[in-house]
Amino acid sequence: MTDLPEKTDRKMGLVIDLDTCVGCHACVISCKGWNTENYGAPLSDQNPYGADPSGTFLNRVHSYEVQPEQGAAQLIHFPKSCLHCEDAPCVTVCPTGASYKRVEDGIVLVNESDCIGCGLCAWSCPYGARELDLAEGVMKKCTLCVDRIYNDNLPEVDRVPSCVRTCPAGARHFGDLGDPGSAVSKLVAERGGMDLMPEMGTKPVNKYLPPRPKDRIDDQIDILAPLLAPVAEEPKGFIAWLDKALEKL
Amino acid sequence: MTFQQPQIDTSPPVSDEVRKTTCYMCACRCGINVHMKGGKVAYIEGNRDHPVNKGVLCAKGSAGIMQVNAPSRLRAPLKRVGPRGSGEFQEISWDEALEIATSWLKPIRESDPSKLAFFTGRDQSQSFTSFWAQNFGTPNYAAHGGFCSVNMAAAGIYTMGGAFWEFGQPDWDHTKLFILFGVAEDHDSNPIKMGIGKIKARGARVVGVNPIRSGYNAVADDWFGITPGTDGLLILSLVHVLMKAGKVDLDYLARYTNAPCLVIENPGGDDHGLLLRDADGKVLVIDRATGELAPFDRPGVRPDLTGTHVQNGQTCHTVMYKMVNRYLSEEYAPEAVADRCGIPAPRIRALAAEIARVAFDEAFEIDQEWTDFRGEKHHKMLGRPVSFHSMRGISAHANGFQTCRALHLLQILLGTVEVPGGFRFKPPYPKPVEAHPKPHCKATPGAPLDGPHLGFVRGPEDLALKPDGSPARIDKAFTWENPMSSHGLMHMVISNAHAGDPYRIDTLFLYMANMSWNSTMNTRGVIDMLTDKDESGEYVIPRIIYSDAYSSEMVAYADLILPDTTYLERHDCISLLDRPICEADGAADAIRWPVIAPDRDVRGFQTVLIQLANLLKLPGFTDENGQARYTDYADYIVNHQRKPGIGPLAGFRGEAGDKAGRGEVNPDQLNRYIENGGFFVEHVPDAARYYKPWNAAYQDWAVGMGLYDSPQPYLFQLYSEPMRRFQLAAEGHGDRQPPDRLRSRIREQLDPLPIWYETDQQGNQGFTINALTQRPMAMYHSWGTQNAWLRQLHGRNPLYVPTKIMREQGLEDGDWARVTSPHGEIVVPVMEMAALNDNTVWTWNAIGKRKGAWALETDVPEATRGFLLNHLIHELLPPRGDGLRWANSDPVTGQAAWFDLKVRIEKAADPEGRSESQPAFPPIKSPVGTGPGQLKWKVGR
Repeated sequence: MTDLPEKTDRKMGLVIDLDTCVGCHACVISCKGWNTENYGAPLSDQNPYGADPSGTFLNRVHSYEVQPEQGAAQLIHFPKSCLHCEDAPCVTVCPTGASYKRVEDGIVLVNESDCIGCGLCAWSCPYGARELDLAEGVMKKCTLCVDRIYNDNLPEVDRVPSCVRTCPAGARHFGDLGDPGSAVSKLVAERGGMDLMPEMGTKPVNKYLPPRPKDRIDDQIDILAPLLAPVAEEPKGFIAWLDKALEKL
Repeated sequence: MTFQQPQIDTSPPVSDEVRKTTCYMCACRCGINVHMKGGKVAYIEGNRDHPVNKGVLCAKGSAGIMQVNAPSRLRAPLKRVGPRGSGEFQEISWDEALEIATSWLKPIRESDPSKLAFFTGRDQSQSFTSFWAQNFGTPNYAAHGGFCSVNMAAAGIYTMGGAFWEFGQPDWDHTKLFILFGVAEDHDSNPIKMGIGKIKARGARVVGVNPIRSGYNAVADDWFGITPGTDGLLILSLVHVLMKAGKVDLDYLARYTNAPCLVIENPGGDDHGLLLRDADGKVLVIDRATGELAPFDRPGVRPDLTGTHVQNGQTCHTVMYKMVNRYLSEEYAPEAVADRCGIPAPRIRALAAEIARVAFDEAFEIDQEWTDFRGEKHHKMLGRPVSFHSMRGISAHANGFQTCRALHLLQILLGTVEVPGGFRFKPPYPKPVEAHPKPHCKATPGAPLDGPHLGFVRGPEDLALKPDGSPARIDKAFTWENPMSSHGLMHMVISNAHAGDPYRIDTLFLYMANMSWNSTMNTRGVIDMLTDKDESGEYVIPRIIYSDAYSSEMVAYADLILPDTTYLERHDCISLLDRPICEADGAADAIRWPVIAPDRDVRGFQTVLIQLANLLKLPGFTDENGQARYTDYADYIVNHQRKPGIGPLAGFRGEAGDKAGRGEVNPDQLNRYIENGGFFVEHVPDAARYYKPWNAAYQDWAVGMGLYDSPQPYLFQLYSEPMRRFQLAAEGHGDRQPPDRLRSRIREQLDPLPIWYETDQQGNQGFTINALTQRPMAMYHSWGTQNAWLRQLHGRNPLYVPTKIMREQGLEDGDWARVTSPHGEIVVPVMEMAALNDNTVWTWNAIGKRKGAWALETDVPEATRGFLLNHLIHELLPPRGDGLRWANSDPVTGQAAWFDLKVRIEKAADPEGRSESQPAFPPIKSPVGTGPGQLKWKVGR
């Protein structure tokens, strides 16, 4: 058993906009690239050119079809990585203390030198956010790019997780969700940001912004109908209208 | 116990050095920062300063590290030693490779240069490759536009002097309604995502018109799941509704378009339907102030949209008059088109109403003075915040050209092109047809071609025909079958060369074009054509040279392989003379430079072309003494001048490197680009930012930059005179006459005002389901489907089938279905998708791989369960019994009509034990073996 800190100074995390995510996987591969080269063991790939390629990823995008009661089916792209839960079961279940939550920013990390690859943390995580690296035998997970966000070797503007820096649609936001005045907290408040599976009691720090309601263009037709009132029914009448309209110009 | 958290280094060194170059994982061409450690590529991220991507980078871009290290990279030149298609090769030296190529090409050039067909799949060095082909002297050159999106490009140029993507972009900062037609997950890549992100952050509305609700359409606020091939009908219905309600911008139409121009009424005459012109050839309008005829550009003229002019007893009406008469017809009413489009009439009206509301009720002004080409000063710039974007979905149909024209008609009627909030051109566009070359095709033994191959025809006199009227080009571009084929017809080259129609060739030379697999229609048939032998035992297409960096399916079908470098090992220029990377607010270009050295015996393709040119002593590449002007591509990029002062790169010209656009050669130019992050930008002045085709400040700036030689103000061509000229020929006027079999088609389908027609359905009886393909965003326009990281995202391509058809056919996810078209059949795995047009199936293109290609193992899912829809699509329409070959292409441009495919689908018998999609092909021998069993990539330790 490993203890969680009683409280963390900040609650750093991601806010992911499901209304804007186009499902391009840019975040997935940028994450793979940064975290292969940086923190801890590389993210390995088994059978990368074979029949059943399977590599370690810290961030994946899933796509779900949603069929509303009325209207056309929708497709939601859903990026998922560690949510850096306040009550992270993956930490408390760790038998060696390798999994821990940082006091200063709430980031959940794995100390790879203490990890025995038992997989209990992955089993306890309700989100499936941890992956055991098969080459190294250690548990890998999102570090929130802890080696970027404080890195003096990077320009200040780049001190964000690589997934946030790369997201072409701007659907990923990073900040302190413990500070109600932060840009991310305001965004969550404005857009009705949600916890993922709150019933699990993990108190995830990451938040998701829900998609806006879709396929509402017909709803406003009563208001807009006057805009389409014909100026004429026949070409001849239209030309007469045109002539008058041109006079006014 | 109290946990002591470990101390970690949160500030580790990131890299030894950052090298800034240009991505080539797709055609988007973003700026990238390549982080180096110990001389190796450690990490790739977007360049924040770059005009295209402003720091972001897509999945492909970040996966570039797996591309430059891919096991599928070719290692040395190869000479075929087994039969074509066997994959039996012998590695040879570059000296031998160049000697072989020269020994094939030299006699062709001396006897008949048209015996060489040189086509490039990747077309980002087109100004260079076309210059090579022109100096070689063959008329048979083009890039891949003919099987990609020539309808979009050509319709845009002919209508308004530019199209979407590299031609222009929505005004992302001001638009309030963004409507996408036929853009699935591609074209272009990051800028569209960034734009959608911006629009959504403002709470503005995105509308997607597409049979498939994935990608951008998945985030659209409103989705119109249209029936494929009917977009033009929907657009003209919107035109009908908006016009009828008077929701068109009359001031804009009168000032900036040919709507007020007068159409000659002279039935039976050879000028009937052309525009009335003065003695100087200027189109004429009626000046509303005087009621008299006046040239369109006379200072102070107020062109009258309803003017008339009597000539020889006949009343000539305006283009506007003709449009009113056509589009107010009830045949375009929403109720009349709803069933065919698969969109209920009220939803069509709702979309029209929303367009009208935003364009007119949310119009706004920018406080910026500007002066138009008639010398009139405007104190503000009026904005109409509706913008459109479109690509292959509407383009790759045999009615695609007219559909693209219809979309431009809609934008122009609304007055949203080149205004704040609307669609904006990117330099060097806008550029009217008149500023583009015409096609050239006159081949002379031992001499260059008489001009550039590709261009924009103005009428029948510009067709690429021999004196006997037969096609001058192997792909039959610029012939009566497809007169306005500005990008050529790459999809017809192999088929025509095999058939000897219009003539036989000797050598087929291809660059990055997977023509024996996913880049061709009728894959099985094309493989047979590539391997077919004549009575004497010789290959019907005698010699094939191919250049690629990777072990693609095409390699096995060539006789000589010239291995290219990866994109981080080479020089390139992304030139204003080519497919540019500009933004609406600036002209930009960029370079690639070798940030790493190749570890194989490979050479950049462009450098190899220069070496070949030097051996062949091609003019343009060698001086009068036969001495080489350029040693390699980098030398050419810096020192070549197309015109005095104008070269491949616009930036850092002049001896001091301080000139933009025009300037003398600067020997230090590439270093200046590298110092600047690999690119160059010159911003458009504030007064020149909008109204570019008519804005004197923009025109002057463009001349200064070398984009034009003189100001080129012009009117948008709602009515297309070049099309009318082809109609006149079909009506019997002029010396150059179409064959009788094509007369009615030209009369009907080359209508000078946008129309919609049902594509040819002959032979489609019993095939009622539309079948489409798209590329996933992580592989769009990419040569990287074997990439170790990307293939884990998209390694499978089931056929996505709408719920209704799944139920009707008793299909469940994972079942095998037999999919049949008039041309062939495939057996493939299916998966249900609800967010899909009810009568459309689709799959990811180019996931399916041939066993043995791309250094993949032979049992990979791409090769066993993956498949190509290409097997169902023929390059020819079904035979009509007239003995003629009718191309499956747009009758205007020759664009490959991929998306006209109609199929039947049923559950495959004996699904048990089935493990492979059909047709299954035997493996080809890999020239590079297969990749490693595990990757643990970390260069930093």
